[in-house]
Amino acid sequence: MNCIIIDDDATARLITKQLCLKTEQINVIDEFSSAIDAIKFLNTASVDLVYLDIHMPTFSGFDFIKTLKNPPKIILTTSDKNLALEAFEYKSVVDYLVKPITRERFNKSLEKLESFTVIEKPKPKKKPKSNFIYVNVDRRLVKVSIPSIYLIEAKGDYINIKTEEKNYIVHSTLKKIEDKLPTDTFFKVHRSFIINISEIIDIEDNTVLIKKDVVPVSRSNKSELMKKLNLL
Amino acid sequence: MELPNLSVIKEISGDDIEFQNSILGIIKEEFTEEVNLFKQNFKAKKYIETSNNVHKLKHKISLLGLKKGLKTATEYEIALKKDNIELHHNFLEILDKIHVYLYD
Repeated sequence: MNCIIIDDDATARLITKQLCLKTEQINVIDEFSSAIDAIKFLNTASVDLVYLDIHMPTFSGFDFIKTLKNPPKIILTTSDKNLALEAFEYKSVVDYLVKPITRERFNKSLEKLESFTVIEKPKPKKKPKSNFIYVNVDRRLVKVSIPSIYLIEAKGDYINIKTEEKNYIVHSTLKKIEDKLPTDTFFKVHRSFIINISEIIDIEDNTVLIKKDVVPVSRSNKSELMKKLNLL
Repeated sequence: MELPNLSVIKEISGDDIEFQNSILGIIKEEFTEEVNLFKQNFKAKKYIETSNNVHKLKHKISLLGLKKGLKTATEYEIALKKDNIELHHNFLEILDKIHVYLYD
């Protein structure tokens, strides 16, 4: 089940993300500090579940739910115990978690989620049958060797696939290409960047150097990236 | 006297020390900035904004195991919406305790 996390509090996002990582059912595909950014994202992608903070500046969690025509399942996360009644007026709201969210309570919410919908059993990620993908460039399908890709950057409705030989500007999303790439070598370090881990030259603070490109690493993804590296 | 502690963070992170450190790291990064914003808005008498700042700080207060502190913060958050600042001093004491715990 694919989900996104929306919360203006980075600590809360980290906790929710880590709790999701401990489960097999929930796959966090992105996180947002603003509901407006999440709406923009949902205009181009679909998710099964949203972990949503209610109390956010300018655009609240409830504003978010009202804005979506067909909202996905929503689990509200909030420090405010008093909004539960209003929360359950929205059909899409499955559960209401009061922060700080404990593991036990988080797991109970998954059981509740299961009663709303049949959670798909985790499927092994499809491995590409070959080492190539075909991308649409100027109405031509161009064969690109996956190991040659060192960086993919999202730019509006397009992605820029960078390889040693050439860059390819393709009308697609990071999510779509992420699904085609092997998870052991490619990692989404930031909402706009996927990197080939084997091409990392160095890591400094919250950036990685890939070839000549300096790529930002979001704070919440850094620990996961570090786990994937062959550290001494 | 109630003091900040790791009980809640440990409950969330279990045996995962790295996760525990990540939570503390982000709290440390965000806390000073959030407190500064809170103080700025309070000084400017923007009490609705100040109430929102207290709301955001509440999560960190609860993560650091301050149950009484959380109660005070919740009351202060509500009071600020009515321009009532009686709990300001009590709230500052909580922030000071956290500051000492995180940075000293």
